[in-house]
Amino acid sequence: MSDPMSTTVNDTANPPVKRLRKSRWTISSWNWRGFVSIVIFFLAWQGAVSFGLPGFTKIPGPSEVVQTFVRDYLFSPHYWHSWLVSFERVFWGFALAQIIGIPFGLFLGTSRVFNNLVFPVFEMMRPIPPLAWVPLSILFWPTNESSIIFITFIGAFFIITINIYDGVRSIKQEHIWLARSLGASRSRIFLRIMLPAVLPAIAVGMTLGIAVTWNVVIAAEMIASDSGLGRLTWEGYVSSTPPVVIVGMISIGLAGFLSTIVVDMIERRMMPWKYKR
Amino acid sequence: MRSAQGALVGTNLAKTYHVKDQPPVEVLKDCSFEFEPAMLNVVMGTSGCGKSTLAHMLAGYVRPDEGTLTIDGVPITDAGPDRLMVFQETALWPWMTVEENVIFGPLSRGGSRSKAVAASNDLLQRFGLGDFKDKYPGQLSGGMMRRAELAQALVNSPKVMILDEPFRGLDVMTRELMQEYYIKLFEDTRLSTVFITAELEEALFLADRIYLMSDAPGRIVKIIDVDLPRPREISCTATKRYVELEQEALAALYAGQGEEANA
Repeated sequence: MSDPMSTTVNDTANPPVKRLRKSRWTISSWNWRGFVSIVIFFLAWQGAVSFGLPGFTKIPGPSEVVQTFVRDYLFSPHYWHSWLVSFERVFWGFALAQIIGIPFGLFLGTSRVFNNLVFPVFEMMRPIPPLAWVPLSILFWPTNESSIIFITFIGAFFIITINIYDGVRSIKQEHIWLARSLGASRSRIFLRIMLPAVLPAIAVGMTLGIAVTWNVVIAAEMIASDSGLGRLTWEGYVSSTPPVVIVGMISIGLAGFLSTIVVDMIERRMMPWKYKR
Repeated sequence: MRSAQGALVGTNLAKTYHVKDQPPVEVLKDCSFEFEPAMLNVVMGTSGCGKSTLAHMLAGYVRPDEGTLTIDGVPITDAGPDRLMVFQETALWPWMTVEENVIFGPLSRGGSRSKAVAASNDLLQRFGLGDFKDKYPGQLSGGMMRRAELAQALVNSPKVMILDEPFRGLDVMTRELMQEYYIKLFEDTRLSTVFITAELEEALFLADRIYLMSDAPGRIVKIIDVDLPRPREISCTATKRYVELEQEALAALYAGQGEEANA
């Protein structure tokens, strides 16, 4: 009867309420130091602005940013449209990079002929930063939108491909051998052994890819677009409305954070064996 | 009744590995042996003597540069379900459940799913893994993984089991349990076995016959018949005969160091 997990009615010697309260204050995820430091951060920011510290004279304080956000943006369709546009670009750039990069990386890792033919060109292009592609991309693609999606794609494509290529090369030899011994066909070995074996590499490619995609899309929007969160932030600067710059920055951070959560969820679905203990 | 299957005969096997920008490594040379069927043959040697290469050859993963290798008189040219291997490190596929791992072999060869599942259930039950068939390998202990691998192999009714230092890395207790486990399995089934190890105690406890390998380039330099009675229990390691055999093996091991032993 003294089993701590049992919740019989007459278990008065060990009231569950007491334990519950205790556990609430020992939840390890409640990081009060982190909370304090966030509060201090905003106080310091506000203080620096209020006292006009050097460099802060043109910078709005958090209160002004919040005011601007609630007054001009929270209910503005234009603002939410910027979110949508940026998300769409990230989505397409990211999705295309996956759709093309995954088979590409698999081929690089499995076919010697393909590797010998293509890898040198791939390695020649890889060091070129995605933003260096902006002018060429605008010249090449018929619409502004397609050129921005292309640049975003470039940002993620190389990272994803190289990760999957590495993933294929680090497949444990024994995993393939065993399947061969058991009489599995080549296609079965590919589908049931090699593909799952590179899923962790695909996941790494996704995590890195989504971060790069946001980086690239924001910069590309600032340079070459008239919409999106990057453009919104840039316009804040150009039109001398600094609170807008910070609204943009926070929105971009939040958007990236949300995307990471979605990617994390996909990864968990993809590899259930990694998360079962 | 069929006669026992799984006689592995190697004649003058040689293998040299060529790694780019490094001097070639001669791992096997003039390596000859006859592993009799229905016996527990133990290959023993120091690390780096070519034991694993030999195991990979038997399984058909690695081709010898020279020499011939046959199973029941038929040359070994490729991997096949008649010779299954338990690897040094677990080769269970982490993305499949224990059951999926076990039924992979039969399904790969076009077997029916229900039959494979039934056979898998049987084996897993026998190996004390009945409640773990839906777990992933990462959720199992080292000893359980080893047992799951045995089930994964045995479900295919191989002619020979090749075990390449299978219990290395297990803690002493688990290791001893696994040895007793395998010895029981062998004594029940008389499944032809090639067991590779670097540990003399393990070799003596398990073997019908020990094949001592020289340092690289490896070859068989001495054969010791272990005539300890079966069924064996761990207590046999305290008998007079065991100690005698141990002395004989140790003498051969030390004699083999540097000196060319004559067959």
